[in-house]
Amino acid sequence: MSLATFKGGTHPYEGKELAEGSAIRKLDFEGNFFFPLSQGIGAPAKPVVAAGDHVKAGQIIAEAGGFVSANVLSSVSGTVKAIEPRMTANGLDSPCIVVESDGLYETAEGVGEKRDYTKLSGEEIIDIVKKAGIVGIGGAGFPTHVKLSPRFPEKVDYIIANGSECEPMLTSDYRLMLEEPEKLLGGMKVCLQIFPQAKGIIAIENNKPEAIKAVKEICAHEPNVEVVELKTKYPEGGERQLIYAVTGRTINSGVLPADAGCIVNNVATLAAIYDAVVNGIPLMEKVITISGDAVKEPCNVRVRLGASYDRILEAVGGIKEGITPAKYICGGPMMGQALFSLSIPVTKPSSALLAFLYDEVSENPTTACIRCGRCVEVCPEFLVPTLLAKAAENRDLEKFEKLEGMECVECGSCSYICPARRPLTQSFKVMRKKVAEQRRIRAAEAKQREAQAAEAKAQAENKKEEK
Amino acid sequence: MEGLRNISSSPHFRSKTDTKAIMLDVILAMLPAMAISVYRFGLRSLLIIVVTVGFAVLSEYLWNLLMKKPQTVQDLSAVVTGIILALNMPPEIPLWIPALGAVFAIIVVKQLYGGIGQNFMNPALAARCFLLISFAGLMNDFSCAKIGFDAMTGATPLAMAKSGDMFRYGLLDLFLGNIPGTIGEVSALALLVGGAYLLFTKVINWRIPVVYIGVFAVFIYIFGYHDLYQVAYQVLSGGLIFGAFFMATDYATSPITVKGQFIYAAFLGILTGLFRLFGGAPEGVSYAIILGNLVVPLIEKYTIPKAFGKGGRKAK
Ligand code: SF4
Ligand code: SF4
Repeated sequence: MSLATFKGGTHPYEGKELAEGSAIRKLDFEGNFFFPLSQGIGAPAKPVVAAGDHVKAGQIIAEAGGFVSANVLSSVSGTVKAIEPRMTANGLDSPCIVVESDGLYETAEGVGEKRDYTKLSGEEIIDIVKKAGIVGIGGAGFPTHVKLSPRFPEKVDYIIANGSECEPMLTSDYRLMLEEPEKLLGGMKVCLQIFPQAKGIIAIENNKPEAIKAVKEICAHEPNVEVVELKTKYPEGGERQLIYAVTGRTINSGVLPADAGCIVNNVATLAAIYDAVVNGIPLMEKVITISGDAVKEPCNVRVRLGASYDRILEAVGGIKEGITPAKYICGGPMMGQALFSLSIPVTKPSSALLAFLYDEVSENPTTACIRCGRCVEVCPEFLVPTLLAKAAENRDLEKFEKLEGMECVECGSCSYICPARRPLTQSFKVMRKKVAEQRRIRAAEAKQREAQAAEAKAQAENKKEEK
Repeated sequence: MEGLRNISSSPHFRSKTDTKAIMLDVILAMLPAMAISVYRFGLRSLLIIVVTVGFAVLSEYLWNLLMKKPQTVQDLSAVVTGIILALNMPPEIPLWIPALGAVFAIIVVKQLYGGIGQNFMNPALAARCFLLISFAGLMNDFSCAKIGFDAMTGATPLAMAKSGDMFRYGLLDLFLGNIPGTIGEVSALALLVGGAYLLFTKVINWRIPVVYIGVFAVFIYIFGYHDLYQVAYQVLSGGLIFGAFFMATDYATSPITVKGQFIYAAFLGILTGLFRLFGGAPEGVSYAIILGNLVVPLIEKYTIPKAFGKGGRKAK
């Protein structure tokens, strides 16, 4: 059987062997937990508690602050200490609710209430998912209830579970598929309950044969759920690449996956959906990978959201003796964030903490582009990174847009492969922000002009009437 | 938090292959051709290579020094330029000619246009063309009298083809290199081994060499010879194989777009065919590639691929 895949892409060092053998274990601490109001894509949530309040595990402490936004729940019971700005993974301060755990894990009302999902309507399921604060926990952090409410639900014919885990080093999804495939399948069936006409596809990269076996076994008697093996290649798990690999459909930045009939959820997100809908447990924990060549005991741990990384690292054995890691990364090596500090909290989209002895970036200084074309060859979006980089160097927003820079998915493949070590992806991120900002300003100006024109027209008409 | 951490934007991994590794692979790929050249033409050949490479590296080193630019000789690209230029020399060339060519290649063609990746003509080839024009006699002297090579008439297979004699050398002679010619182009076998190495290590891809040679062969079959033996003779002689694998694939002077590479290679094939069939001189590879280099920006401009999902292909 030929493997499903996309065109372009690259094969970075996988490094999965470090942590893949470690079974998920649960870690608990007391002390302070930090819940940023903004965890993923969308508007920040609005706090509904104040300092001094007592909260329970699973209680909503901040409500979605817009259509594309998600609730924030406390993962522990205890007292709200403060709502204050604190550093998060991107290195910037962002408002957080600080809860001091009382170590009792008292749960909020309704948590743990079992439900029979087959008796629920689509709206009811989506409502539960929304209340449970679920977002895409594979990395993007897009609110899941929004994903599950497309404009034309009847057009959705594929629910795709993204089990590719194509980022190097990460193994949390792998362990999840291996250890709890029934939750993944359960989450898939809950989604199929919302979209009864759709087919379920669980897509897994073929570097995880054990996971494929476990998931296939559990899906053996599910006529409507298929396991698809993907070629191991980065970024196989990118939403657009995955949709193409599985269905042959192509979408760009202007098309929502649902408009192409696809809803893609990470396997961990599906497990969270299952827990929320069937077991009544909202999103309070997640499995993360602690790995890298500087870590003493690479592993996969289930931690409560809001726990801070330094305590997690300490609890799993810390850094190898006598070593100062050159770099810490939150997330995968290809798309993760380098960390200024480890006193930042685990958020919903966090997938890993990596610590490296060497920093391949600072040890490979940039030289001149030799026009080797490797960046063109690997770009899964068929862009010409070296030309985009020139536009970025000249701060030429127009050219950047013309070269389709806004289609870049920031996957990092071009920067990874570049023999001259050009900071390609890095400069595109900056440019994409600028273009997006410019578009926003232009849209606002256009609106203003329209309003002015309307006003002028109204005035003119008034005058006419006065005459 | 102890100490300072490295903070940078993702990705945080880098592939093992850097510019120097690529250049080193190109040098390795030219080893068989260099070895054959020393075997055929003796130490003279080695001398030409050493002098050319030496002057190429020295001029780049001094240029960077005088211009107060970061030193770039360690990326080995000047070595590659030097070897390619040397392999394009006839065996009896006075050494000052390749030395001058090397300086010209590095200073005029490469550095004056901004250094590696910026030049719009292949430095080694541009230098060769410059030498061909300036010192036509010396550059076309393949007699080998002085170095005692058995020397036949000294006319290259292509020169003989031009005068209608295509049977003096057999295909096997051409393949193994038992012919007069520039020191690097004589053995198709050695060049193909090197080319295969470049393909295997992914330094180059198949598009340019295969399409170039393929289009050339078809072109001369249709418009010239209507005969497979003669087509094979043409493919194996002169600088075609050397050019197709080592010069037409030069990164700086070939298109980075996939479609562009096809067009460029086909263009080179046709040009070379035209020059060899209808031109005044027997050979045409160098001029074809240099002309091809000049249209690369244009080809590139019109072959920018459509972004993924914007190719007009509709969702199924
Ligand atoms: S990979 Fe790097 S060196 Fe090669 S063309 Fe792209 S930017 Fe230039
Ligand atoms: S240009 Fe963007 S999408 Fe293309 S390889 Fe680079 S980071 Fe990935």
